[in-house]
Amino acid sequence: MKKRQMYLRMITASLIRRRSRMLVALLSIAIGATVLSGLVTIYYDVPRQMGAQFRNYGANMIFTPSEEGFTLEDIQNAAAVIDSGDLVGIAPYRYENVRINAIPVVAAGTDLAGAQKTSPYWKVEGAWPAAGGEIMVGAAVAENFRISEGDSIEVSFTPEMEDGHDVVEDTYLDFKVTGILDTGGSEEEYVYMSLADLESLTGSAGRADVAELSVSGGGEVLAQYEERINQMGSPVQARLVKRVTASETTVLSKLQALVLLVTVVVLALTMICVATTMTAVVAERRKEIGLRKSIGASDRSIIGEFLGENLMLGGIGGILGSVLGFVFAQQVSIHVFSSSIRFMPMLVPVTILVSVAVTGLSSLLPIRGATQVDPALVLKGE
Amino acid sequence: MSLLELKNVYKIYGELHALDNVSLKVEKGEWVSIMGPSGSGKSTMMNIIGCMDKPTKGEVLLDGVDISRESARNLTTIRRDKIGLIFQQFHLVNYLTALENVMLAQYYHSMPDEKEALEALDRVGLADRAGHLPSQLSGGEQQRVCVARALINYPEIILADEPTGNLDEANEEIVVDLFHKLHNEGTTLIVVTHDPEVAEVAQRTLVLRSGRLAKEIVNENFTGKIHFDESEGFRKEEVKAANGIQQPEAPQKSGKKKGGKK
Ligand SMILES: Nc1ncnc2c1ncn2[C@@H]1O[C@H](COP(=O)(O)OP(=O)(O)OP(=O)(O)O)[C@@H](O)[C@H]1O
Ligand SMILES: [Mg+2]
Repeated sequence: MKKRQMYLRMITASLIRRRSRMLVALLSIAIGATVLSGLVTIYYDVPRQMGAQFRNYGANMIFTPSEEGFTLEDIQNAAAVIDSGDLVGIAPYRYENVRINAIPVVAAGTDLAGAQKTSPYWKVEGAWPAAGGEIMVGAAVAENFRISEGDSIEVSFTPEMEDGHDVVEDTYLDFKVTGILDTGGSEEEYVYMSLADLESLTGSAGRADVAELSVSGGGEVLAQYEERINQMGSPVQARLVKRVTASETTVLSKLQALVLLVTVVVLALTMICVATTMTAVVAERRKEIGLRKSIGASDRSIIGEFLGENLMLGGIGGILGSVLGFVFAQQVSIHVFSSSIRFMPMLVPVTILVSVAVTGLSSLLPIRGATQVDPALVLKGE
Repeated sequence: MSLLELKNVYKIYGELHALDNVSLKVEKGEWVSIMGPSGSGKSTMMNIIGCMDKPTKGEVLLDGVDISRESARNLTTIRRDKIGLIFQQFHLVNYLTALENVMLAQYYHSMPDEKEALEALDRVGLADRAGHLPSQLSGGEQQRVCVARALINYPEIILADEPTGNLDEANEEIVVDLFHKLHNEGTTLIVVTHDPEVAEVAQRTLVLRSGRLAKEIVNENFTGKIHFDESEGFRKEEVKAANGIQQPEAPQKSGKKKGGKK
């Protein structure tokens, strides 16, 4: 039999036959590895998660017309600069003064599907308008006019006076109220309908006053898009909504820093825990160490055996940790971010390696203690 | 040249002289017993001979090498290559089987050899217990595993510190018989014991008292019986009393052992 075989036989025997003792050590390693790999998963997945989260907080780019206003076509052309993969949603808005019950209100016509994407956080009591003839009313308007969900209302529009005409006819359209918009902001003072409805109400088409866009990507990518659009020479002026994008980045980096900090703390705690357990294990095995020395074990072989055991424990703990860590990260992700996490295969070997390294490192001192056992002393007592 | 020679060896713990100017020689192939009351320095001397401890003063020549001057690392090597140790508490690695415990000594010495280890277990009559853990073995069986482990690397000297101290008579006899076999094969044996039954089968008995060599009894005929030293008035009973053994020996057992030995 080879020496190496005997070595493996010895350390596996120690792990298997001293199960209950080893389980305690294994537990601390596995828990450490679990939290570590879980946190690292979250650390890497947080940008993805948070990016999506922040995009939920609305448009991060706005198109405004340079002078005389822009057309829907201008908006289309400018938006074409943005990769379709990065463009989460686009909503052109056109605002017109209309009347409900002869009282003036501002009506916003928009791409309703696009607006839902750029303003997903809008709280709507009822539903967004889905088809023509449907309207969503801001909460302030609804209160003023005592409008509630399901009501039918008549919206009128007074065209501008044209030359040679003394009288202009108002146009009317009937709408069904599908929802009341409650944002806590100025949006509550408008009514929202599809752009097509607004165009037919006003009798003019193709115009917009502003467009809101939700674009994914980091600060640099967004800045590049902004610059490229502004250099197109079109009437479209792109502007990043600085407040949101900036906070997106700082909150993200703060979150990541927090996760990193917790990771380091957990790492330190794991090392302390493993070191303590190993010290106890060495103390418990003083007789055995003395015996091994008495039959000729050198310090090197004692170190080799204990290190071997501990590295093996570290490996097993790492395997357990990378599995449990994914489960842990998944749970956190589902409960905190309401989305599932991506499995990172690279994290498995990394977790195992780190676990082995951490276990090895933290058992160095206890193992040094093992070499200092005096066989004559430990073997004589009862 | 003697295999082992102690020259004016002292071991001093503070005020206490655990060994106090001990000089002795042990020839190759000799079987020596060491007796003496508790605290007389027997284990201290064995530890020094066994390269587990160093004397405070004096020379200890093992195979011509002064082990009192060697580094700890060299002592480990010498212990591994030349010495087989047997303790009163059986001291086996509790998560290794009997066979693996024997192989452990081979592992540290040179190469583990399962077949040879099995043969050693067979010699101590435990071939069928090879796969048992120490907890599954009786005290006597555990001590026999220790003997197998001590002899596996053909050491120059086997040092046994009260090898039968925790054994009943039947197992004591088995172990003493094993010593006979080893002796017949030329192994040098130094056995510390409180038990005159065990001491008297050796060729020589050294008696320690307060760290000093108080007496040396040569068993001239090596018949297994201690020869009374008339001038010193040394008697077996005295040895027993010195060792705190009250019970008189059973004459039957003594006779049986002598018969079995020859
Ligand atoms: N490490 C030590 N530190 C201090 N004193 C020690 C140490 N080891 C042994 N002694 C003392 O040295 C003396 C001899 O001890 P030793 O163990 O050699 O006795 P012994 O003859 O083997 O006794 P026993 O028959 O009880 O085993 C004792 O008085 C003991 O207290
Ligand atoms: Mg002793």
